[in-house]
Amino acid sequence: MIDDSKPIFMQIAELIENDIISGVLAEEAQVPSTNEFAAFYRINPATAAKGINRLVEDGLLYKKRGIGMFVTQGAPQRLREKRREKFQQQFIAPLTAEASKLGIGIEELVSMIKTGSAG
Amino acid sequence: MTRSTAIATRELSKTYKDVRALDNVTLDLEPNRIYGLLGRNGAGKTTLMSILTGQNYPDQGTAHIFGHEPFEHDLILSRICFIRESQKYPDDFKVHQAFKAAAMFFENWDEQLAQDLVEAFALPTKRRIKKLSRGQLSAVGVIIGMASRAEITFFDEPYLGLDAVARQIFYDRLVEDFAEYPRTIVLSSHLIDEVANLLEHVIVIDKGRIVVDSDAEELRGAAVTVTGDAKRVQEFIGAADVLHRDSLGALASVTIKAKLSADQREQAKLMGLDLSPVSLQQLVVRSALSTNEGTDERTEARA
Repeated sequence: MIDDSKPIFMQIAELIENDIISGVLAEEAQVPSTNEFAAFYRINPATAAKGINRLVEDGLLYKKRGIGMFVTQGAPQRLREKRREKFQQQFIAPLTAEASKLGIGIEELVSMIKTGSAG
Repeated sequence: MTRSTAIATRELSKTYKDVRALDNVTLDLEPNRIYGLLGRNGAGKTTLMSILTGQNYPDQGTAHIFGHEPFEHDLILSRICFIRESQKYPDDFKVHQAFKAAAMFFENWDEQLAQDLVEAFALPTKRRIKKLSRGQLSAVGVIIGMASRAEITFFDEPYLGLDAVARQIFYDRLVEDFAEYPRTIVLSSHLIDEVANLLEHVIVIDKGRIVVDSDAEELRGAAVTVTGDAKRVQEFIGAADVLHRDSLGALASVTIKAKLSADQREQAKLMGLDLSPVSLQQLVVRSALSTNEGTDERTEARA
């Protein structure tokens, strides 16, 4: 869950983003409170608040005063687009780099992906 | 020092015989945060906390709690709670009597919280304190520290003898209660990995000097360990600040103080280098070691 690779508030923001993309948190669904996040992940409440506020700034969550935080309409779609942009850099580039190191050509790579996803 | 500062020290120094316990310590602690005061045994943590709670005095420099000197200042002392590693209680006190005394002293005392914690730690309240086990004694301290809800609470290695489960109860309850009743908490610990995620700000003290004073989030990802072919590792790290270096034949593993960009991570991958995160514990250990090495070098240069 939480590791040392980057600031915890970023990890909290990403965890919530993942839940929005996967539909665990649907549009207009209420998001757990800062204190609930803090207790669940055993982190400092100020850090949890920072992660959530980041998603509010990005317009993915919105506040209802006195009630709590909710997922904005259209947030899953916007996140998916953002992730697609990163997909090339995050997954394709290292994949092709490793493939070329092993002498796997593009054709062969494509067929490996097809076999892999068929299985 | 601003008005909102909970604790402020300026060039605080304290020497015991020939040991410099505190060396020019200047700090500002803001209210309603959880601070980690980290360092090795004998680094000066307890001395600092004793001075801040008026139980000891500095040779030089000043310490202010909410703008006042803590020494013999009753109004200030009732707003702070200091739980020592080996907290002493009157000899024939029973556990519930210790709680009653604390309840009289701390105006924010929460009896319900104290009772909840007694149950969580399965503490026998009718037993005499001197008959308690080491872990039970620590539980008494933890309960007083939490239920006092003092504006500033110092926990000095509060978990001696507590097993892993009991320590987790302490951490969980601390986060829970802090979320509801924010206050300034100074947690001194050498079990750094256990408390790292609870801290908002980290102060590392080594040989009486402050070597790290930084937001915990800034420290996360502030260092990275690069492993791979020694020449390539060197090429990659360039002139970066090296905290630690290990080598095994042609293999090198070097921890550097650097926040890598996505491009740099990409480049490392292409060079066949492994990057691994550095935990707060490792970072503290490395920082302490590298300042020691630094001192030794300077000493040698002078000699």
